Amino acid sequence: MTDATAGTAPRASGPMLAADGRPLKASLRRALRAQKLRALLLIAPLLVFVLVTFILPIGDMLFRAVENEIVPQTLPKTVVALRDWDPKTAELPGEPVFAALHDDLVVAVEAKTNTRLGQRLNYEYSGFSSLMRGVARDLKKMDTSQPFKEQFIAGDKKWSDPAVWQTLKLFSGNYTSGYILNALDMQLTTDGIQMKPAQDRIYVKLFLRTMAMSLGITFLCLLLGYPIAFLLASLPLRSSNLILILVLLPFWTSLLVRTASWKVLLQQQGVINDILVWLGLVSDANRLVMINNATGTTIAMTHILLPFMILPLFSVMKTIPPSYMRAAKSLGANDWTAFWRVYFPQSIPGVGAGAILCFILAIGYYITPELVGGTSGVFISNRIAYHISTSLNWGLAAALATLLLIVVLALYWTYDRIVGIDNVKLG
Amino acid sequence: MAALPPYASTGQRVWFWTFRAICVAIIFFLIMPILVIIPLSFNATNFFTFTPEMLRFESGAYSLTHYKDFFTNPDWQNALWNSVRIAPVATLVAVVLGTLAAVGLSQSHVPMRGAIMAMLISPMIVPLIISAAGMYFFYSRLGLQGTYWGVVLAHAVLGIPFVIITVTATLVGFDKSLIRAAANMGAGPVRTFFKIQMPLILPGVISGALFAFITSFDEVVVVLFVGSASQKTLPWQMFIGLREQISPTILAVATILVAISVALLTSLELLRRRSERLRGMSPG
Repeated sequence: MTDATAGTAPRASGPMLAADGRPLKASLRRALRAQKLRALLLIAPLLVFVLVTFILPIGDMLFRAVENEIVPQTLPKTVVALRDWDPKTAELPGEPVFAALHDDLVVAVEAKTNTRLGQRLNYEYSGFSSLMRGVARDLKKMDTSQPFKEQFIAGDKKWSDPAVWQTLKLFSGNYTSGYILNALDMQLTTDGIQMKPAQDRIYVKLFLRTMAMSLGITFLCLLLGYPIAFLLASLPLRSSNLILILVLLPFWTSLLVRTASWKVLLQQQGVINDILVWLGLVSDANRLVMINNATGTTIAMTHILLPFMILPLFSVMKTIPPSYMRAAKSLGANDWTAFWRVYFPQSIPGVGAGAILCFILAIGYYITPELVGGTSGVFISNRIAYHISTSLNWGLAAALATLLLIVVLALYWTYDRIVGIDNVKLG
Repeated sequence: MAALPPYASTGQRVWFWTFRAICVAIIFFLIMPILVIIPLSFNATNFFTFTPEMLRFESGAYSLTHYKDFFTNPDWQNALWNSVRIAPVATLVAVVLGTLAAVGLSQSHVPMRGAIMAMLISPMIVPLIISAAGMYFFYSRLGLQGTYWGVVLAHAVLGIPFVIITVTATLVGFDKSLIRAAANMGAGPVRTFFKIQMPLILPGVISGALFAFITSFDEVVVVLFVGSASQKTLPWQMFIGLREQISPTILAVATILVAISVALLTSLELLRRRSERLRGMSPG
């Protein structure tokens, strides 16, 4: 650089030049660009990998929450014919709509897509599934020279119910809000969005239960984790290392091992009940029911998530100088005041980090609630899994997943703001 | 709190020992569930609790039947073999891609570093059931659902956040002037990486690899959806066993897994010490 500047010295008015004769600024910019490019090239393979194997699949699934192509694709003519029909009238649509429906269904029955359509619309109006299965038989008997309206109604009375047509009209678009509304216990009607009847409202309650139980578990983790982290931070390195290993051992032990052992411990014929009976605290006839309910889920998950609380707490507490507490005491504070006014406020970042981490992990838990939760201790994740593998209502599963993901990502964003995602410590 | 000063009052003494007792109780809560299954796995009967004979330490009450079942039952052996086949490959993919990206991310001028980082860490944060569902639908379209490679790729992406976090953490302490020194002496970037940078960040890479390995080895939700019966892994078999008919063989498997995690934890601890020593040596 000294050479370059020396070289430019005679032409003091010109730009500063690098060794190769280019202006220094341009040269620097080029070097910086090359550096950026090199960094990006190193990151690119992983970024592409994560995009393809993870981000795209999730985006694709979330899209299912609003996707409704099956209706306009199976009944293209009917959808067009229904455009002029006002769903708010109690009247049935006219003959052209029925004729279009006939044409569409002939094609659909041929391609065997009518049952799938029935399944889809059954989520919005129960009875559609049987209607669509029955129509295959009725179509064969229909006389194409006669008006279709009467023939359809003769085949199945449901065709004379305006609600059937309202459902068809409301869910005729390529996209629908139906699944998301269902996941929020609402429904789309001709009068706009309404709450479902009280006995059908399950998901909001389940979401609230998931949140409440996760909060409870997080609070228990904090309650149990704080003393341990405090002890770890205050002990000399040699003994704190030993305790840290005892904390890390559960962290490294298989989740299923820990769930299995809680299943063994909490059973009615299990170890804890046996001990309680032996101690005479519980009579043999009234053994405690601690599993397959919310208690089981809470106990097992508190145990599983406790290390995730202790580790962030410890990494913050480690940095609090012990002299602060001593200073507070020398200024006249008693033990409690010194802790509460001096130590605790400084440990708040750790509390925040640990609590958010525990809550994020708890709210999406699947395995443990599935195995020890029974019916009263299951989470929203279990419902999502049920809709994917058992009821096959994938749209609703995607809608529930979307809502859960929004909550988790909001928390993730908060965590990133408070702690910084690259400051996560693992062991 | 480290030790009780000689001038402590009675109240302070009482609180000191109460606090210690509370801590012991909490640690007992943490460790007891893991320890309790070890003796139970040697139970000669099919009960899940301590039989009176076991408590009297009669030799007939203990046996290795459940271990024998694990090592002879084709279901369990198949599951073990699948786990052993999937986890190392998933780990390898995660470590190679993750280490490269971590090295890239640690450079000084990376555009959109925060966004990239958040995206690479997201597999750890997104609830597993959502990841599993998404992968199930998407991999079915690509024809990867129910294949060995589908499971490997899914497990690799779940292990990546751990590799990124541990390697980035080691790179923070890495002295960048060493790279310039190597370049100054005529080494190319590839040679510099393998001869200079890699040996120094190796502890971080290995601990990331251990995390990625245990993630895959212990993973059940994603494999339930992405895999098919021929990819049934050990956790999957345990999950079925726990949900349907709880067989005592699970306790034997659990004990073996605890032994494996103790081994992993020990190696991680040794690595951490080595890493601290290495970092203490480097001037940065």
